Parts: sequence; structure tokens; C-alpha cells
Amino acid sequence: MVYCILCYNRESEIEAWTREKVAAVMAKREAVAHKLAAEGRLGPVGRLMPTTTAMTVRASRETLVLDGPFAETKEQLLGFYLVECKSLQEALEVARDLVGDTGSLEVRPLAAFYPGIGLQ
Amino acid sequence: VTEVAWIGPALTAARPQAVAALLRYFRDLDVAEEAFQEACLRALKSWPLNGPPRDPAAWLIFVGRNSALDEMRRRNKHDTLPDDDVIPDAENNESVLVEHLDSSAYHDDVLRLLFVCCQPDLPATQQIAVALRIVSGLSVQEIARAFLVSEAAMAQRITRAKRAMAQSAVAFETPGPVERAERLTTVAAMIYLLFNEGYSASGGEAHVRVPLCEEAIRLARLLLRLFPSESEITGLAALMFLQHARAAARLDANGNIVLLDDQDRRLWNHALIAEGLVLVEKAQRLGIPGPYQMQAAIAAVHARATRPQDTDWAQIDQIYAVLEVLQPSPVVTLNRAVAVSKVRGPAAALQMLGPLARPLAGYFHYFGVKGALLKELGRADEARVAFNQAIALARTAAEAAHIRMNLDRLNT
Repeated sequence: MVYCILCYNRESEIEAWTREKVAAVMAKREAVAHKLAAEGRLGPVGRLMPTTTAMTVRASRETLVLDGPFAETKEQLLGFYLVECKSLQEALEVARDLVGDTGSLEVRPLAAFYPGIGLQ
Repeated sequence: VTEVAWIGPALTAARPQAVAALLRYFRDLDVAEEAFQEACLRALKSWPLNGPPRDPAAWLIFVGRNSALDEMRRRNKHDTLPDDDVIPDAENNESVLVEHLDSSAYHDDVLRLLFVCCQPDLPATQQIAVALRIVSGLSVQEIARAFLVSEAAMAQRITRAKRAMAQSAVAFETPGPVERAERLTTVAAMIYLLFNEGYSASGGEAHVRVPLCEEAIRLARLLLRLFPSESEITGLAALMFLQHARAAARLDANGNIVLLDDQDRRLWNHALIAEGLVLVEKAQRLGIPGPYQMQAAIAAVHARATRPQDTDWAQIDQIYAVLEVLQPSPVVTLNRAVAVSKVRGPAAALQMLGPLARPLAGYFHYFGVKGALLKELGRADEARVAFNQAIALARTAAEAAHIRMNLDRLNT
């Protein structure tokens, strides 16, 4: 089954990270991604631009287009990994490998998956 | 990296909101700052044991407020003293406070905090310095280094600025739409000054002072998160992203200025450019044009050109035409002249410079552009005069060196 690992953290906190901290976090995540790729389990991975770039299209009698993310939350959705895992247990282990010293990872199995055209 | 390395960024990130809320509560900047300091000290003790609180800002506000109230009681000797340094049971009471913070009040709190730093009587550099100290939480030493002055001098400046702030009347009621718009305009101008202080240092050796640019960008992001539908805040953020994206290409290995046309565009920060371009479009959608948006739109045209010769100068000329209406200034016309020289040639551009001679008589770039246009027209003697005038007005060594290079080329 394919699991989606959604990464949440406080944007304002990440903006305060030093270059070294950013590099350390990236290195850790890349190591996990490489391992998963080598095992043939890594699907698309994405990092989102800050929520300040977000717009929200909301269904209404006349469709609304709103500035900003869909909800103002304490931690923001920052990115995602799609990983092939045999069990929830395995997906949770991947998330444990990825998690840093702050923030949260939401682990959710995909109900349907269309790989698309393989965007670059 | 120690186990608690995450605490620093968490405190930095929570600072504007926490100090702003404490300022609203105590209506005294010194008390608010002290309360925040105290809360940070307690966080350093408590967080490594308990892990990060769900909402660090709420935790700091709650603990800071209580510790300041305790301190006041102690001074007034009205109440019995709490005999130990017990950290209030923040985790349990936090949820109550979080409810309050979720209301939109804290948007105006943070705006107010930034706004009180913009005392109109203070010189711009002092406004910036005090904002870096109070809002960003930079140390006096860091600010002094960024402005290339001694720590003692900077400490004095900040103290003076704070005194002026303490004497000014600040409205603590929720501002109305007009007042909010005015505050946003003032604060945006201060943030852009801070950025420019870093982008083209107004003196000294360092031509690009990256930390100041990065602080300005952090403040712009903060403001943009709080006011996502303000087109000029969006435009300002876009402008700074697009300009800062070129930082790595603006100076060569010897610290010489590299002009836009000569920059290695592979050195540009393309992630930051992509973000800037999205914001330019977002701002335009709001349908209220403004000077920051126009400048961002110009920067966007440059950013979209893969090679210098791909630059759509006609479009830049058109945007400058709008900017000349929105914000008429000789500097804008000077910049438009550069675009005109690319579209209609140096003679047409030089003609535009005529009326600018007087207002820009002390402006380095005026003589730099004039020299370059004259050189292009083959009028070497006049170009030399203009370049020499530019050198006399240069504010940094890099500016002067750049003009000297042009002079050398004239001589060969």
C-alpha cells in the first residue's frame, strides 16, 4: 500500500533556522529518501512553498477565491512523501526516521493513487 | 548541535507575537520585554524536560504575563510573596489563552509592535535598529555589527530610541481600517529601508549585508502571514524576494559590483525567484496597484529573462510609466531612462536626463547612468566628466571601483 507522509511544522520557526540547521535537516531527510529509493519504495516527494503563496478556491453559490491557506493553523503543511509500505507499522517507522526535533508528521494511507506523468 | 538546539528558533519565531501581546497587556514596552525575557529563561529550563509546548507563543505570553504580575506584586508588597520559583502550570492553562490568541487581535498586536518602532521623529536607521532589537530579537552586538558601528554607540542609539517610544502615545484599541492601512504603510516602509540598508549599504566597505536583508524578509513574511490580502505587503515581499535572489551574483570574488547584465544568472536563487513571481501575480489579482507591486513587477521581468538579451525592456518601460504616475520621483524617471535607452536608444534616454540634473545633482547613480549613455553615444570626454562626478559621490568602495572600471574602458 502507498502511504502519504504529510509534514507539518511552524513556518515561522523554520524561517529562524540557521543555515547549518537547514543543512542538517535536509541531509537527514535525503538519507532516508535515498534508502527508500534504493529499496524501490519511494514515490513522489514534494516541498511546498510557504503558505503566504497559497490561495484557496472554496465552493459556494459563486465559487470563492480567497487569499491565504485554507485554514490558519498553528503548524502548517510544508511537504509530503509518498512511500510504498507493507504495513502501517512500516510507514510509522519511515515517519520516525524522518521526524526532526520539532514538528509533526501525519501518516495516511492512500485510498487511490494515479502516478501521473512523472513531473520534473 | 545540542539536544535543545530547537529552542532558539522556537523562541525567535514566537517573539514578535509574544512581545506584542505582552505590550498590549502591560502597555509598557520595558515591562513587556522583561516579561518576555523572563519567560524565555523559564522556557530554557522547562522545555528541554517537557518538550516543545503545543503553542510556544501562548506559553511564553502566559508565563511572561504571570511572572511580570508576580514581580509587580513583589514590588508593591501588597500580596504575599510566592516563596519559590515555581513555573506556572502553563500546559494546563494554555488552552484558555490559545482561545484568545486565535481571535484576530494578535494580527493588530504584531502590527502595533512594529508600528511603535517607527517613531517619525527618529532617524530611519534608529527605527530600524530598534525594530531589530525589539521585534526580531537581535542582540545589540549583532545590530552594531550589521551597521558597522561600535556596540556602545548602538546601545546608546537604541536606548534613545526606546525613550522616544516610551513618551509617544500609542493607541491600544483595535485600529479601524484607515488606521490599520496607515500603520501597514509606515511599517512596510521601515521594512524596505531595513532591506535596502542590507542590499546597498549606505556606507562603509560592505556592499551587501545579507543578515539585514534576511531579517527584512523574515519581517515581511511575518506581516504577509498576518495580512494576506494586502496587495502592497504582498508586493513588498515579492520585491525583496526577487532582489535578494540575485545577492550571490551581485558581487564578484573581489567584491566588485556585477551589473544585472553581466551577472551569472545560474547563481540566482531560483526557488526565491519562483516564490517572488507567485507573489507578484497574487498581488496583481487584488487589483489595487501600488509602488511596491510595480517595482516587484519590474524585478519579475528581469527574473523571467534567462539571458540579459531576453529582457522585455519595452514592458519594463511601460511599468515605469505607471510607477511615474503612482510615485513620481526623479529616481524613477532615471530608472525609466535606462529602460528607454534599451528600447529607443541612448539619445532618447539622455534627453530624459536633462530635467533630472538639478534634483539629482548629488546622486551617484545619476552620473553613473549619464556617463554610460554618453559613452554609448561616443562622447568620451563628457562621459569622463560624468564618471568622475559619480566617483566623488560614491558611498561604498565597490561603487567607486565600478565607475573606475568604466573610466578605464573609456581610456582604452
